[in-house]
Amino acid sequence: MRQSLIILAKDLRQRTRDSTLLVFGVVLPLGLAFLFNLMLGGGERRLEARYAVADLDRGTVAQEFVTQVLEPLRAAGDVTIRPVAGAEEGRRLVGDKAVDAVFVIPAGFSAAMQQGRPTALEIVGGADSAVAVQVAREIAQGYANERRMVQLAVTVAGGQATDRELIERAAAAPRPLELAEDSATQRRQLDSTTYYSAGMAMFFLFFVTMMSVTSIFDERREGTLARLLVAPITRRAILLGKSLGGVLVGVLSMVILITVSTLALGADWGNPLGVAALAVAAVLAATGVTAAVATFARTTEQASNRLSVIAMVLGLFGGALFPIAQLEALSFVSVLTPHHWFLQGLGDLAGGSLAVVVVPVLMLLGFAVTGGALALHRLGRMLHW
Amino acid sequence: MPLLEVTGLRKSYGEHIAVDDVSFAIGVAETYGLLGPNGAGKTTSISMIVGILDRDAGEVVIAGQPHDVTSVKTKELIGYVPQEIALYRDLSARENLRFFARLYGLGGRALKTRIEEILEVVGLSDRADERVEGFSGGMARRLNIGVGLMNRPKLLVLDEPTAGVDPQSRNAILESVERLADEGVAVLYTTHYMEEAERLCDRVGIIDQGRLRVEGTRRELVGLVGETDRVTLQADGDLARAVRDLAELSQLKQVSSGEGQIEVLVSDARALLPLILETVAGSGVQVRTVQVHEPDLESVFLHLTGKALRD
Repeated sequence: MRQSLIILAKDLRQRTRDSTLLVFGVVLPLGLAFLFNLMLGGGERRLEARYAVADLDRGTVAQEFVTQVLEPLRAAGDVTIRPVAGAEEGRRLVGDKAVDAVFVIPAGFSAAMQQGRPTALEIVGGADSAVAVQVAREIAQGYANERRMVQLAVTVAGGQATDRELIERAAAAPRPLELAEDSATQRRQLDSTTYYSAGMAMFFLFFVTMMSVTSIFDERREGTLARLLVAPITRRAILLGKSLGGVLVGVLSMVILITVSTLALGADWGNPLGVAALAVAAVLAATGVTAAVATFARTTEQASNRLSVIAMVLGLFGGALFPIAQLEALSFVSVLTPHHWFLQGLGDLAGGSLAVVVVPVLMLLGFAVTGGALALHRLGRMLHW
Repeated sequence: MPLLEVTGLRKSYGEHIAVDDVSFAIGVAETYGLLGPNGAGKTTSISMIVGILDRDAGEVVIAGQPHDVTSVKTKELIGYVPQEIALYRDLSARENLRFFARLYGLGGRALKTRIEEILEVVGLSDRADERVEGFSGGMARRLNIGVGLMNRPKLLVLDEPTAGVDPQSRNAILESVERLADEGVAVLYTTHYMEEAERLCDRVGIIDQGRLRVEGTRRELVGLVGETDRVTLQADGDLARAVRDLAELSQLKQVSSGEGQIEVLVSDARALLPLILETVAGSGVQVRTVQVHEPDLESVFLHLTGKALRD
């Protein structure tokens, strides 16, 4: 063990002088997590729409639309609402991209609504703000539908469109159906920032551990492996030292990624103990798998090429690059990858107790033990001269 | 009891037999040279002896203990200097020495002292904290040897340590080896330079095509070729034709050619030199220089294998 630690210390000293590790261990995963989150995480981002309202009517219904429909959205922080004097100013702001869309409430809007006459609520949207404009349309349509329901209720009750009491009663009637969210599904999902941070961390973990494990081939190329083989240490101690390097660098990379993604990207990894258990198990799994694959190679280039392909395939099918579990046909393949168990463990941890990580951790350790055993079995071939 | 005993060493790669039935022994404070051309099997033999390479057959015993690739105890006795420079280029000289020394169990004050001693021996005390990647070839070669000395070995194995080294560094290396032998270290030294083997080695084994053809002291080996002189002709022209013509002369013992020269073994060079020169001239070859050597290891190699060491 002592000699393994000496090899580990030497390898770490060399790694600190090589910026490649920093690139693969921290910069690339963080950068790609940020980009993936930007590109693919839109479904979970809060809408940040900027609207203007041109109230040319200033009647009660117009004010009701502003105060009871738009104001709650503003209060929730989803949108900004900016009153403007007229439609022209609203159009100008849209043209300047100062707002995404403008609600134009025409003069006579309130009177028409109260008397049951047709009227229109105009939406002027910017060409570059498709989502915000669509949301504005949905807001207006939703309000129109609600007004239509009230009107129908009053009509069916035999009243007049102007019958104030009937209108208020119809509007106050409780909704027979509310959309309920599946709390179980919520609990088992990571937000997109955390998902892509974790996915990228796991994806690049294989490259980080690869650098340590394949350094055996670098030792052979540089001739230093001969000296290690002549030194009074066992061949297992050499592999252990190299693997420990992979584990330590992998854990360090994970710690940095988790910390930085939390502080800079706003990722929410969950219970620190559970995350630590999953991260260490993931590092061990990656080290075991890379060590096993490396024993089938003869040179650094050969090992790097094979391991890169394996890392890509595992990352792809494991859901590190996108949530593959959503593709039913491939989800069963996903369970054969360490990435799946790492991401599932984090997902479960997001809404569950610490105990939910036990199965993912055991599965990850299974990869570590299987890979490590295969690597040990083929050690002679790897350290041949 | 010999410090190193090698018996029946054999290694093959498919059909090719790299080392075939090599046996020799080295005593304490003895310097043994394995002399042979490139590809003769020197490095393969050494790799099996130090425990880098598995052998197909044979036995290696160091200080009375069997030794193979899995041995740990006997490896503590070995200092190894590989043919290639085997150093971490992104580490300093001191860091390289410290790393390998710690693998041999050195630590604390003893480690620091030993590092300073070795830096002094290899003349790198003033460059100790510079990374190896900035060293000249000669400096790296000296450090390469220094690493092999860190553990105060009982058996020092040097595989062509002077290959590609400038004359000054070569002389320093040879002096270091002589000093170590004087201090009681058993040295196994491979080379294809006859001069180094003659200068350093108490006994020499001549190896060719994987087989140890003969071994003994210089005097014993030279005695094998009798009173034979070696004539070297540096020449231009059709050397192959000249060799054919010379081979027809019954007075000559052996004729070979290579690298712009012809080598001839004769019993009396002085008497036969005119005939040799006349024959060569008749073959259309122009002779630039003529050298007559007393019997040496080169003569022995030529006598045994029919070719020059540097072929």
